[in-house]
Amino acid sequence: MRYVWVIIKRELGAYFSTPLAYVFICIFLGLSGALTFFVGNFFERGQADLNSFFNFHPWLYLFLIPAVSMRLWAEERKTGTVELLLTLPTPIWAVVIGKFLAAWSFIAIALIFTFPLWITVNYLGEPDNGVILASYIGSLVMAGGYLAIGSCLSAVTKNQVIAFILTAVVCFLFLMSGVELVQSFFQGWAPDFVLDTVRNLSFLTHFNVIVRGVIDLRDVIYFASLIGVFLYVNAAIVDLTRGS
Amino acid sequence: MNRPDEMISIQGLTKRFDALTAVDNITFSVKRGEVLGFLGPNGAGKSTTMKMVTGYLPITSGHASVCGYDVENHALESRRHVGYLPEGAPLYGDMTTEAFLGFIAEVRGFKGVDKKRRIDLSVQRLGLEPVFNRPIETLSKGFKRRVGFAQAILHDPEVLILDEPTDGLDPNQKFQVRELIKNMAAEKAIVISTHILEEVTAVCTRAVIIANGRLVFDGTPEALASRSPSRHLDDVFRELTTKH
Repeated sequence: MRYVWVIIKRELGAYFSTPLAYVFICIFLGLSGALTFFVGNFFERGQADLNSFFNFHPWLYLFLIPAVSMRLWAEERKTGTVELLLTLPTPIWAVVIGKFLAAWSFIAIALIFTFPLWITVNYLGEPDNGVILASYIGSLVMAGGYLAIGSCLSAVTKNQVIAFILTAVVCFLFLMSGVELVQSFFQGWAPDFVLDTVRNLSFLTHFNVIVRGVIDLRDVIYFASLIGVFLYVNAAIVDLTRGS
Repeated sequence: MNRPDEMISIQGLTKRFDALTAVDNITFSVKRGEVLGFLGPNGAGKSTTMKMVTGYLPITSGHASVCGYDVENHALESRRHVGYLPEGAPLYGDMTTEAFLGFIAEVRGFKGVDKKRRIDLSVQRLGLEPVFNRPIETLSKGFKRRVGFAQAILHDPEVLILDEPTDGLDPNQKFQVRELIKNMAAEKAIVISTHILEEVTAVCTRAVIIANGRLVFDGTPEALASRSPSRHLDDVFRELTTKH
């Protein structure tokens, strides 16, 4: 546990000692704001909720999260610091979890900076703040899913651009499996369990439930096991690619 | 099996990469008080051997242990006793010298006053005071190498493994690093890889030469020199590493 904490501290420090953190937070805030007001018609909808904000998160994360996760392992392998890291007396799992938690905390910080939206909606009307809180939690948990995939795929390559593209593609597949279009493709001919499996694999299916303010154990288990599986594979890849 | 003064024990160590045998059945041990010069042409398997002993590369066959701890079965315990300067001294460029040494100290389990004392001692030994607060990526090659060295001796390890510690240093810095190695030699077992032969006569009490992954010489620098009528190490080295 001590190792995890030390790794988190170093990694978070690395985000904020480079322009990455500031650029990311600015773009995240700018894009999520623009989408909420111009595409999501926050004002025109005339409803006191933040749905027009949260609905875009799965799509925003699709290219913003890979930008955060791509450096996690690929950079260490490129610069050779992975050799330093893996010859310290730290178990690999502690490094994997530490790096993941640091990136996740960083996303949490970016999410916290969207608080002006929450103030705005509370100023304009009387939203259900319980639902908003649930949506924030849901968004953060979903970001964890994206990040686990990104961290895992970052360990596959020394090249950050490849890590970015791989992550975006895999996350896109996880997203699309819940979209109507893909669902209707399976409808009619595929057995129900296939349809259910495909739908249940999607970020969207589970995120949409949480955004409605319902934190269902099944959705929590989905994201937790997704993160668990990808981090487990991540540690295995780091171990297997030692020295290559 | 291991006598207490036998700090590094390598038995039948072999590393194969597909068809290539990089290290071929090497056996030697290093005792406390010895400074072992690990020599060989580029690509002979010096770094590969060091990477296996420090636990970075998986071993194909054979055994290596540090202070009695097998590097594979008791990986974390053996790493606690080793200070390692990897080839090229990879470091986290975004961190300052202070933050980087702080990170290493925390991973090694030092806190508070003890941590500060150890960092101060390392910094003083390597003369890093002028660059203490500077980001590592802005440092000269010589300073980077010395930061890597400082990291390796921070926890006062019983075993030091240094892969080309004087590479990239100017003559004064080389002298300083060699003095440092000599001063620490009495209570440690030190392995330095190098292809600078005068380094062997300057600091080493013993020389091991490998060529094409095989051990071709193990003895004192004097014994090495006496093998050639000219008593030039260069001649002996060339003869040992090219005849096949």
